[in-house]
Amino acid sequence: MSTMIEFRNICKYYEMGDETVKAADDISMKIEKGEFVAIVGQSGSGKSTCMNIIGCLDTQTSGEYFLDGRDVGSMSKNELASIRNEKIGFIFQQYNLLPKLNVLENVEVPLMYAGVHRGERRKRALETLESVGLSDKLKHRPNELSGGQQQRVSIARALAGKPAVILADEPTGALDSKTGKEVLAMLFEMNAHGNTVVLITHDNGIASQIPRIIRLEDGKVVYDGAPGEEKHNEHI
Amino acid sequence: MNIFETFSLAIKNILSSKMRTFLTMLGIIIGISAVIVITGLGNGMETYMRDSFAELGTNLLQVNIQGRGSARNVSIDQMYEIVQKYPKYFEYLSPSVTVNATKRIGTETITSATTGVSEDYIYIKAYKIAQGRNFEYMDIVDRKKVCIIGEYINTTYYGGKALGDSIRIDAEKLTIIGIAEQKKDEMKEGGTDDFIFIPYTTAARLSRTRVRNYVVSAPNEDLMAESKSILENALYKIFEDEDAYTVLSMTEVLEMLNSMIGIVITILVIIAGISLVVGGIGIMNIMLVSVTERTREIGIRKALGAKERVILSQFVIEAATTSALGGVLGIVVGFLLSGVATKIVTALNSDPITVSPAVNSVVMAFAVSVGIGILFGYLPAKKAARLNPIDALRYE
Repeated sequence: MSTMIEFRNICKYYEMGDETVKAADDISMKIEKGEFVAIVGQSGSGKSTCMNIIGCLDTQTSGEYFLDGRDVGSMSKNELASIRNEKIGFIFQQYNLLPKLNVLENVEVPLMYAGVHRGERRKRALETLESVGLSDKLKHRPNELSGGQQQRVSIARALAGKPAVILADEPTGALDSKTGKEVLAMLFEMNAHGNTVVLITHDNGIASQIPRIIRLEDGKVVYDGAPGEEKHNEHI
Repeated sequence: MNIFETFSLAIKNILSSKMRTFLTMLGIIIGISAVIVITGLGNGMETYMRDSFAELGTNLLQVNIQGRGSARNVSIDQMYEIVQKYPKYFEYLSPSVTVNATKRIGTETITSATTGVSEDYIYIKAYKIAQGRNFEYMDIVDRKKVCIIGEYINTTYYGGKALGDSIRIDAEKLTIIGIAEQKKDEMKEGGTDDFIFIPYTTAARLSRTRVRNYVVSAPNEDLMAESKSILENALYKIFEDEDAYTVLSMTEVLEMLNSMIGIVITILVIIAGISLVVGGIGIMNIMLVSVTERTREIGIRKALGAKERVILSQFVIEAATTSALGGVLGIVVGFLLSGVATKIVTALNSDPITVSPAVNSVVMAFAVSVGIGILFGYLPAKKAARLNPIDALRYE
């Protein structure tokens, strides 16, 4: 197994007036290829900062970040855009679909930015939409779909580009528990197909189902391991 | 993502809010249509001027002799000598004496322009004798009381049987010896076919003046500048004073008038251009609003891998497309208004002036509207491209 995500002493500081907020304070971790990891923490724990850095949406103040063997910290904005396009499949809590585009077009967007040719793009988008069971909704606009369906579109969009990492930010947060379970099941299925999945959540109930959890508090890693053992530790 | 896809995305966005797009384009539509109509009017006026001058003769030189005191003057014979010396540059010469006298046919007073001329004047002005004859040398030498009239007078006052009849100029009775062929399809009072020519010697005596004006024709329009300077040089040799004479070439006058029209049109176009700038600012304003409204969309697109350049070109192309669409509508409206303007101008001015926009002004108008879109779309597009994807994603 090779390492997919590696944080080496990552720090992220924000200046808030006179105060310096340490959103990430010397975080080091490794996520291997094909792992399913949950990054857990309360709001303000630094999990969003972590996700932004993993997703190449933000850069660290200090430390090194390697994504699939590449040093991301030294990249320009445009290189980061390419890396996001190529390596990361985002799934957001609010789905973040483009409201003016139909389902098919939404899934095509990352492929379009990747420069995939029109015909090939359509073919791949159709395949991915079929795999999430939305072949019958291709021409619908996002606002014509239920929350669960919209999240499935966003999963299809994340998968279409065949990314190295699926990065899911509270993917079940806006869904009822039944639909949430379905979405979670899909993430497991993706993982079973060999995808590296990183799930960001504050919900311990969900985190406890994931093979490995990384718990953050005040910008530091306070636990890294299987969910069962964490509880065991807490008892001690 | 290629240009074509960016373009079709722009069209999609524009069509998704038609009313707003239309209002945004309004400034451009008004500006472009104004420019089209104004340049069309300029073209129409130039064409009208050129036609009017062609009628007067663009190969003619008008010579006016002020003289230098009473001592020096140029005789008619001297003028003939000059003209005959340079056959390459001069063809015909005729003195031209305007007669401001009361003209009567029977008891009716007429307004026809009356000029004292030589036998060559008919050729200079390209008239043909339809009935009777031209002046002869003896008519001029003997100051005969004869005249040649235009077809308008013949038809209007004599029912086509003017030959041999007579016209009274002041107390003198002049016999009509010739009638010129009709030149214009439509004859009217004061028009090309309403004139009386009499021998210049007769005219000089009637008006009690000396011959001060001449008309010289050149065989070749292209040599007008040379013809003019040869004539001026010859006259300078006689007078040794540039103020003693003037030589006016009709082509020169035409060029002068055209350049004056050009200046007026340019000023009008600049004023119309101001509304294009205002239209551009309107586009910029709406694009800025649009960038704010679509902050989240921009964030999503950036997260999915859109580079700054892609976002920039998306917004610039959207602005340029909006503006270009406004330009096309402006051109259409401009052409419709040109038709209306032609009717109005023709109604106000008894002569027809056709407001006809030139192809190059249409191309220019389109290019300018695209340019304005790019220029004023750039700032909002830059703002969009620079958005931080995290902030943009969080934007509600």
